[in-house]
Amino acid sequence: MPRSFEPEIVGFLCNWCSYAGADLAGVSRISYPANLKVIRVMCSGRVDPVMVLEAFLNQADGVLVLGCHLGECHYISGNYQAERKIKMTRKLLQKIGINPNRLHLDWISAAEGERFAKLAEWFTSQVRKLGPLGSSEELKENELKERLVAARQTVENEKVRWMVGKERELMEMGNVYGERVSQNLLDFLMDKNLFDEFVKNRIYLLLEKRALSVKDIARKLGLSPREVLRRIAKMEDRGLIAMTDVEGWSPRYKALKLSE
Amino acid sequence: MGRENDQKVGAVLVVGGGIGGIQASLDLAESGFKVYLVDMSTSIGGVMAQLDKTFPTNDCSMCILSPKLVECGRHLNIEVKTYTQVKDIQGNAGDFRVNLVRKPRYINPQKCTGCGQCAKYCPVGASDTFNENLSERAAIYIGYPQAVPLAYAIDRDKCIGCGLCSNICLVDAVQYSQEEQEEVIDVGAVILAPGFEEFDAHLKGEYGYGRYPNVVTSIEFERILSASGPYRGRVLRPSDGDIPQKIAFIQCVGSRDETCGNNYCSSVCCMYAIKEAVVAKEHVREIQPSIFFMDLRAYGKDFDKYYQRAKEEWVRFVRGRVSSVEEMPQTQNLKIKYEMDDSKLMEEEFNLVVLSVGFEPSPGIQTLAQKLGIELNEYGFCKTYQFSPVETTRPGVFVCGAFQGPKDIPETVMQASGAASCVADLLSSVRGSLTRERIFPPEIDVRGQSPRIGVFVCHCGINIGGVVNVPEVAEYVRTLSNVVYAEHNLYTCSQDTQLRIKELIKEHNLNRIVVASCSPRTHEPLFQETIREAGLNRYLFEMANIRDQCSWVHMHEPEKATQKSKELVRMAVAKACLLQPLKRLELPVTRRGLVIGGGLSGMTAASSLAEQGFEVYLVERERELGGNLKKIHYTLNGMDVQGYLKGIIERVRANPLINVYTNARIKEVAGYVGNFKTTIIADGAERELEHGVVIVATGGREYQPEEYLYGKDAKVITQRELEEKIAHGDNAVLNSNTIVMIQCVGSRENERPYCSRICCTETVKNALKIKEKNPKANIFILYREVRTYGFREDYYRKAREVGIIFIRFDEDKKPKVAKGKKALEVLVREPILGEEILLRPDLLVLSVGIVPQPDNKKLAKMLKVPLNEDGFYLEAQMKLRPVDFATEGIFLCGLAHSPKLMDESISQAYAAASRASTILAKDKMEIEGMIATVNEFRCTGCGMCISVCAYNALELDEEKKVARVNEALCKGCGACSATCRCGAIDVLGVSNEQILSLVDAL
Repeated sequence: MPRSFEPEIVGFLCNWCSYAGADLAGVSRISYPANLKVIRVMCSGRVDPVMVLEAFLNQADGVLVLGCHLGECHYISGNYQAERKIKMTRKLLQKIGINPNRLHLDWISAAEGERFAKLAEWFTSQVRKLGPLGSSEELKENELKERLVAARQTVENEKVRWMVGKERELMEMGNVYGERVSQNLLDFLMDKNLFDEFVKNRIYLLLEKRALSVKDIARKLGLSPREVLRRIAKMEDRGLIAMTDVEGWSPRYKALKLSE
Repeated sequence: MGRENDQKVGAVLVVGGGIGGIQASLDLAESGFKVYLVDMSTSIGGVMAQLDKTFPTNDCSMCILSPKLVECGRHLNIEVKTYTQVKDIQGNAGDFRVNLVRKPRYINPQKCTGCGQCAKYCPVGASDTFNENLSERAAIYIGYPQAVPLAYAIDRDKCIGCGLCSNICLVDAVQYSQEEQEEVIDVGAVILAPGFEEFDAHLKGEYGYGRYPNVVTSIEFERILSASGPYRGRVLRPSDGDIPQKIAFIQCVGSRDETCGNNYCSSVCCMYAIKEAVVAKEHVREIQPSIFFMDLRAYGKDFDKYYQRAKEEWVRFVRGRVSSVEEMPQTQNLKIKYEMDDSKLMEEEFNLVVLSVGFEPSPGIQTLAQKLGIELNEYGFCKTYQFSPVETTRPGVFVCGAFQGPKDIPETVMQASGAASCVADLLSSVRGSLTRERIFPPEIDVRGQSPRIGVFVCHCGINIGGVVNVPEVAEYVRTLSNVVYAEHNLYTCSQDTQLRIKELIKEHNLNRIVVASCSPRTHEPLFQETIREAGLNRYLFEMANIRDQCSWVHMHEPEKATQKSKELVRMAVAKACLLQPLKRLELPVTRRGLVIGGGLSGMTAASSLAEQGFEVYLVERERELGGNLKKIHYTLNGMDVQGYLKGIIERVRANPLINVYTNARIKEVAGYVGNFKTTIIADGAERELEHGVVIVATGGREYQPEEYLYGKDAKVITQRELEEKIAHGDNAVLNSNTIVMIQCVGSRENERPYCSRICCTETVKNALKIKEKNPKANIFILYREVRTYGFREDYYRKAREVGIIFIRFDEDKKPKVAKGKKALEVLVREPILGEEILLRPDLLVLSVGIVPQPDNKKLAKMLKVPLNEDGFYLEAQMKLRPVDFATEGIFLCGLAHSPKLMDESISQAYAAASRASTILAKDKMEIEGMIATVNEFRCTGCGMCISVCAYNALELDEEKKVARVNEALCKGCGACSATCRCGAIDVLGVSNEQILSLVDAL
């Protein structure tokens, strides 16, 4: 890795606290690395995981999401929502083999100009240490892109989005039966849904390029053939893929073109 | 309610909604009883719904089952109660009070349309038990796509209560507040049909099930073969999705096995293994299946032929016991070690291993049995007696199907009908007391009116609407000629839309209705009923299937799907223009039965009908009643047959409703269902009998052997002759030193390729009897395969334990029998030693088979019913119509159908009576309106139509020389019309013109 590497960092800052905090740093002339490019959003809860992945797909090496301190959100509870979404997105990054430390969520108040500058510096140096996106992960460019595309599709999935959106309510207020759902169970289900969706998307992307057998796919994705097989039939049911031929004793599948 | 006079209740509880429970319910509801059909799961269908194909015809299981599911679900007098269990039962035969508990399904089944959107979005996964855990389903689910009722349920153990399904559901069917509900019902009788559970293969650790992914059970493999299964009907192995080239089937897993306590034979595994092997090969020609077995028990009707065919299809059969299965780490293939017949140890590698798991009583049955106060046998199945195979130990509680003992589908269906008949016997005095009939307003006369068509296009939530532009379709439909009204609905099948349709018919004077939605196979009757309620004839209805055959299959091509929908609706409208009201004729029914044959089956059927209050003619060719039973003295478990026979003859003779004609024969049969006229000659005098149904119970005969010196040496006798001698205490027999018995004499040979089913059991029975009287006797049984299926296996094992020696021979190495100097000499090749051994018996007993009555052909011709290749009568459909003929109103039972044991004949006789009573229970029968019609001016009387009709519904009018349709028999298939040379015959409701209008509107 060349020593001169300078990471590209995108920051999503909420209008009311963290963006104001960043302004304060400016007013106070507290400098911090130029790597950070800030995008203003009205609330940290507005940051869609799709945006985060889109940032990574557009050459960002790190993504910073900043909101008001917990309990102080201008929109009452938006930052709690942000917390769930970023937690999920970090989990997803981990699953797809990207260092989750490239995504950081923190709280900055309008008065914390200095803290903001320090945070920016700290995060920049951390990402600098990690190197360009993909390098610490030892992923080739193509592979990296494919995983990110699959991940972006994953966070677009309605099930996943519903789970994220409902998590707090289910844990703190109770579910439709009036029972509270444990963090462990929700984590487990979230993991499973993320993984299922991601794998499905990856299989689809692989099969878009060429026909592969269950064993081929498993090898490429580092999964057991059994896990792949369970998904293949479901994908075929949904009209995403179809069997093309049999190579030896192994049927091969290819993605179908979707008009949408 | 009239209960002061008669304490009986005209309703029946059927426990278990598998094929047995379904058949019993349909029979009972059709013959005038209110039925509560209770099932523990969320839908009815049972194990049969899980099967891919059925032996020995390879019929698709779902194709034959689903019409029955739909009929059950829609029947006015069957209340299907799913997710429900019996909590308690009190009272006596004729008047029980039952407490039921219904688990909350959290879905309102009246509202749920089964569209499935909820399951698509549910974030919680669960193992799909219908697919034997080989795939996943959501926490909100239906059992299977064709489930009845088609309503989702929430798996409360899995659901996290996130509320997404309620959010998704467009008809507000989700009700998280549902709670367990108790309900009390009064019934006159109970039928238990709870089915079975597959043996848990984990318990046979040596086969590696649960450890090795490529070791699956037979029911799992059944799902793998199924098109709706986990691999969409591709034969793949679970470890890596490869096609398994070599598949091993291991038989008797959890059956005939003392180590797991299941000593009995599960009766069906041999056949289903053959079927699965054949079907796998049908899927992929190159697959090489091998079946490892001990005895191949293909004992049922046409089973041996199926076995032979499988051999010809290169299914390999290996007689050997598998001792272990081991996984090869690299390939995940499986190495099997097995011991051959001759004790040689072998090893072989396979890609997939299928364990043919046996039957066990379903879990929880013990608790139910306790609540019901019925006894179970030593294996936990329902205890019944030989002469009352469908009665439990508690009066008024009956049983059918696998809970009574392992059995296949037709046996289950027979017992189900049989149990229904016993219930009808008990409750005949309250028949019709609790059933309802639908009352419709008078029909509007639309003749002469020009078509005014109303079209309803369904969104089916987003099932159709998500792909097809439904409003655009409706808009397009309005431009079609004769369409005076068109609209689109979120769900056309919902209750409120039904009301709306009825109002719109009045408001716009609509006289033809078209619905564009799902499949007519499931929904046509619903809409037909709706328009009938609005006063329109039910045949003024047409459907376009724009879901199952459009939106669901073109989901990625919305524009094309919309275009296709328009075309499908256009076609339906074109046909609707030509629809005419059709009448459903009503025919009077002569409420009397004719039973041909006065043996066990005939007498049982006749008494059952008489018990139900119907007059019966019982016609017997011999002077005495009794048939073959006269020659049988005791049963396998030692019951007195002659005593029973005397009893039933007395009952038949004493019943004033049964007219017995002995020394009688059938001269002529005329008429058709409900209205037969049969001429008989009894004691030389001719008589004409009028009746509504016929039951054929003409029996079979013992084969007269020519082989093995029979008739040439007095020491060679048949099993029946032996039984006669044992019963009479013949000392020469009982004191014999050495007795040899030869099996399969006259059976399973080129000339008679079928298995006679009873001989193995009879042989074991007689051999044990001799051993009991003379323990020193040496008995050798030379056999090809011991087919003591079910609990009869216990006696086979006992026979081995008491020292009876079984020596197997192959068909091409039959024993040789010769007259020696002093004694008979029997030479047979002993397969374990591989040597020929010589036996010198004092008595040689031939186990001869059963042959059909020689005059079957003649009677079959008179009745216009078919025989199979072996000369036995051929039923309408082997699996689900085992006692019906294709020709309506004619039924069969007993040996006339195929060789069978006494208890099986009794079940079948009751079944025939039950089927017959579905006709006799009503004084009129309604006839389908879509039937053939002849244009006499065009007809040349060539008779082509007559020869193609499968139902004998056509005959030649000798005077006019034209074909005539028997409306009572015609099923409206249209084969006649498609064959007619001169366009003289057509089918009402689906006429040539109407079909062509569809084609022209393409």
